[in-house]
Amino acid sequence: MNTDNQTLLRVENLVKHFPIYRGVIRRKVGAVRAVDDVSFEIKQGETLGLVGESGCGKTTTGRTILRLYEPTSGHVYFKGQDLAHLKPEEMRKARKDIQIIFQDPYASLNPRMTVREIIGEPMLAFGIASGKEIDDRVAELLDLVSLDHNYASRYPHEFSGGQRQRIGVARALAMKPSFIVCDEPISALDVSIQAQIVNLLEDLQRELNLTYLFIAHDLSMVRHISDRVAVMYLGIIVELANRKDVYVNPLHPYTQALLSSIPVADPQFYEEHQRIVLEGDVPSPANPPSGCRFRTRCPIADEHCAEVQPALREITPGHFVACLKVTPIDDQEEVIN
Amino acid sequence: MTNQLLNVRGLETQFNTPEGIVHAVNGVSFSLDEGETLGVVGESGCGKSVTMLSCLKLVPMPPGKIVAGHAFFKGEDMLTMDNDEIRKVRGAQISMIFQDPMTSLNPVMSIGKQMAEPLMLHLGITKEQARNRSIELLEMVGIPQAADRLKDYPHQYSGGMRQRVMIAMALSCMPQILIADEPTTALDVTIQAQIVDLVKRLREELGMAIIWITHDLGVVASIANRVSVMYGGFIIEEAPVKDLYAEPLHPYTIGLLNSLPKINREERQRLYSINGMPPMLFKKPKVCPFAPRCEFVKDHCWQENPVLESYGRDGHRVACWVDVTSGRER
Repeated sequence: MNTDNQTLLRVENLVKHFPIYRGVIRRKVGAVRAVDDVSFEIKQGETLGLVGESGCGKTTTGRTILRLYEPTSGHVYFKGQDLAHLKPEEMRKARKDIQIIFQDPYASLNPRMTVREIIGEPMLAFGIASGKEIDDRVAELLDLVSLDHNYASRYPHEFSGGQRQRIGVARALAMKPSFIVCDEPISALDVSIQAQIVNLLEDLQRELNLTYLFIAHDLSMVRHISDRVAVMYLGIIVELANRKDVYVNPLHPYTQALLSSIPVADPQFYEEHQRIVLEGDVPSPANPPSGCRFRTRCPIADEHCAEVQPALREITPGHFVACLKVTPIDDQEEVIN
Repeated sequence: MTNQLLNVRGLETQFNTPEGIVHAVNGVSFSLDEGETLGVVGESGCGKSVTMLSCLKLVPMPPGKIVAGHAFFKGEDMLTMDNDEIRKVRGAQISMIFQDPMTSLNPVMSIGKQMAEPLMLHLGITKEQARNRSIELLEMVGIPQAADRLKDYPHQYSGGMRQRVMIAMALSCMPQILIADEPTTALDVTIQAQIVDLVKRLREELGMAIIWITHDLGVVASIANRVSVMYGGFIIEEAPVKDLYAEPLHPYTIGLLNSLPKINREERQRLYSINGMPPMLFKKPKVCPFAPRCEFVKDHCWQENPVLESYGRDGHRVACWVDVTSGRER
């Protein structure tokens, strides 16, 4: 391992295939290649945004990093250990430091547990606190996420969606983690509440020096919160760069189309801009196209794209793109036009 | 006013729930002209869907109850029609598409059969004619190999394709009004862009009027001519689309627009957020429903509920006691 001090998490060639079984004897007939060779790093204190459409493997990536799904192959280096190859008991201990906030604040809180039990459970499970200590810590965490600490004895159904998501955040913070996977934490919330939760996550990051993997399909929110952004399509990363590079100078045709599809709250914009509208649907991850996976919807694909699967290459410093049509600086202009 | 298709006046709808009566729609009035696209924007629970469902008497009764108001479609009040009469309007002259195309389609019936049903019912045509018409309709909404796909079942279609089927079915009797209730919310952005483009194209071709219900201010900006913003069961602002985005007059609209991250803004800054939560509506609001969350709130706002009145440019109406440009009471 040649990780510098800055890097907190390094994912190397991560693969997660879900087998497909058929017939009476449940013979394996194929696999859904949800995550298919994904590599990236996250530096201490930064937010990496992971975007893509449904079924692109972004959530699976997040969950596989935490070993909520067992990785098929690959490595996840976190603070010097390879999470992908830890024994169950070692992994359990490592989980203190890595937490997750789920998408659905309605489904991810046990309706039969009080807020105190929900937030206190991780502390009990790791035996780091008991009784009064837990009460104090729960009150402290509720304050941290701007909920009234008198609510500790209430049940989840007594809260609104935004408040429940705050409870989910408090639970994730209970073990004082350094790294949190935010799995679409705002997509189930109303617009006016989304901004509240995003601001909360940003405040906590500053106060507690947290590192986030922020998974979302809302590109404008990812742009807001992320330092760097990775764009996924059908199980692979197609573009990875600084926030600014991805949004101002997207190089992969998929990123360009994705950005162009974001609805903009400005009627004037639609008079001045022509949108790129992709044709067709995302192919099945059980049977991805040969060569470049995006070629079936790509406006600039040719025969060559069906043969060779493009690797993620560094085009300009820190800007990685997996496209045969995008080549490093020297002859770049010619190709883009 | 000659080409007015729909005119809704003072609509009020309530729901009887175990926790008490929910005042979902509290006196909504709006109109829709021929060929016009009206965007209805608001967060969950603001009454935007219930308003439209009430107009078509599609609110389940009980627990729902339309307690007041009229919904005139070409001069006739749909709310006083009996079941047979309104059934002739629904589907044939006003049709509706919903958020989730999977639950709106019958999973155990082939697409062909589901499409033929309304055609035979409303147009009185034969099975064979209905089949041919279905193929035409599927081709119109951009489904490849339409003839072959008629025998497929909904699960064999992708989400975007299912929404295309829903649109084809909604348009099958050439309605004058299409009500689209969050039709793209369940879809990915690239598919959403396809559906928005499709509806725009069909609008040109068929000249129908559209009511597009959504919580997404971006989608509305791309498709609507006029926008109504709803909050707490009221329309709190209504304006031609450009005026609404350029000069919003209601503090709630301003807050919503500001809380969106700006895609074309360079540096990173804190998002604006509206404090608090939407009202629960167990009581019919007697004062401004937005007052508890409003930055501009004045004493008057706690005493009386403002009505929708014209301010500023033509067609711009707002229900607010405060002039947001000066911060003073009107």
